[in-house]
Amino acid sequence: MLVLLGVLVVVIGFATRRNPLLVVGVAGIATGLLGGLSPQKVLAAFGTGFASSRAVTIFVITLPVIGLLERYGLQEQARRLITRFAGLTTGRFLALYLLLRQITAALGLLSVFGHAQTVRPLAAPMAEGAAERRHGPLPDKAREKVRSFAASADNVGLFFGEDVFLAVGSILLITGFVNTTYHTHLEPLQLALWAIPTALCALTIHGWRLLRLDRALAAGDTGAGAREALDRKAAK
Amino acid sequence: MIKAEWFYWLVGGIFLVMAAQMLTDRSNPKRLGTAAFWGLLGLGFVYSTWVVDKSAPPEPLGVAVLVMVCLAGFGFTGRGEARTTTPEQRAESARRLGGKLFVPALAIPAVALVCAVGVKKLSLGGEPVLQKGSETILGLGIGSLVALAVGMVMLRERRITVPVHAGRSMLETMGWAMLLPQLLATLGTIFSVAGVGDQVRRITTAVLPDGSVLIAVVVYCAGMFLFTVIMGNGFAAFPVMTAAVGWPVLVEQAHGNASAVLAIGMLAGFCGTLVTPMAANYNVVPAALLELKDQYGPIKAQLPTAVALLGCNIVIMAAFAF
Repeated sequence: MLVLLGVLVVVIGFATRRNPLLVVGVAGIATGLLGGLSPQKVLAAFGTGFASSRAVTIFVITLPVIGLLERYGLQEQARRLITRFAGLTTGRFLALYLLLRQITAALGLLSVFGHAQTVRPLAAPMAEGAAERRHGPLPDKAREKVRSFAASADNVGLFFGEDVFLAVGSILLITGFVNTTYHTHLEPLQLALWAIPTALCALTIHGWRLLRLDRALAAGDTGAGAREALDRKAAK
Repeated sequence: MIKAEWFYWLVGGIFLVMAAQMLTDRSNPKRLGTAAFWGLLGLGFVYSTWVVDKSAPPEPLGVAVLVMVCLAGFGFTGRGEARTTTPEQRAESARRLGGKLFVPALAIPAVALVCAVGVKKLSLGGEPVLQKGSETILGLGIGSLVALAVGMVMLRERRITVPVHAGRSMLETMGWAMLLPQLLATLGTIFSVAGVGDQVRRITTAVLPDGSVLIAVVVYCAGMFLFTVIMGNGFAAFPVMTAAVGWPVLVEQAHGNASAVLAIGMLAGFCGTLVTPMAANYNVVPAALLELKDQYGPIKAQLPTAVALLGCNIVIMAAFAF
């Protein structure tokens, strides 16, 4: 039972808003020691864990070139470009991005899009450009909302696209874990097929919400606006 | 053969060069701690090569990771002023350069695509050109280098320090959140070695009423969701919840279709990833990259979708897996 204290450490750290790095570090050490690992084994676990998970950090390699292009006005140009396409609203553009991200992820092309390489320099400025063309200069709240939804389109597309592809990490993790632990044989293809219904739901639900973003922007309803309206009603 | 490790060294090298820049950046009040953090990260990237092939002990790297945790956790890291152009300069430059600016930016995904689809099949002297299984990562790396070369030529930028400084200030904007995903992967390993999964199984089998498949489905999916929120990673939650409910109850007792149960269970975990700050690389890092005032902006945008999709997963599993 004592090893569950590690989970508790994470929950409490999370709830009291401590620095997440610290929370995870402490939880790891506590769980390791309570689970009967020697301090040396705990250190070794931190070392091997870091070494084998470097792939999640490799996008850093794109930062210099993106940074260089931004100095020369990449974001501004992305904004200018999108304003030429009259029919492309923020919502439609982001829904299109979601679809593209999901299709490429389903083909196993996980690094083709991403937050550092496409959302910041291209997708977010384009979504903003489309909103500005329709609604004029964006208030800060609306700008934050558009950017947040640009980030969400990338995440939803990636998460619910990648499992349709056979060789992706999560499918291999499932087959690896189950086949060795339970001495059975699961085929990656079967797992990938069962990811399709959820992938379609994700596309429908999030795509619909992205399209509705246009209406929210038109109404000036950006969270704070709605709350102010409620406050005004309450005041009456 | 081009190996993934070469790119890890390159990334490590970039971290080290940026750490050197941070050390001399007097606009950063915490330049020593910041440089130490990123410098250690760079060294760790290179040293990891020998940890992975088991020719070097992992303990020193573990110590380095914990030092990084302390540096960032106790507030010894900060950021300097970005050396960049003014908005007016950028607008003027965008007008002058126009669509040309997109060429290097689109070269990254284009080259990644070519590597993942085409170069993957090429081999030289019987050996594949790109290391097997790492084609997309290598594609991203090669694409970035190609894009950098094209960009520097096109913009007539001679100083390599300019892109490195620009990249460094993006890195400083992201800050410690960059390390969190790697640390969470580690926590997952420690949890499974220490037997957290067994404990959760004992509790759930004691609490779960016999015979109700629907309740077990809800417990498995919601458990994957919640555990992923806590751990920041569906991969860490999966072994725990599958050992607890997924396999013993849903597959063995209720004779569910194993592929359906496990695939959908994992996707229920992904819904959790959408709403947790622990999944820093998907939620907190983008908020920093997009310079949002509210670091939970992406999570708020994703929350309704995540909850609805969790519901979809439960329905799909209950309807089709048994």
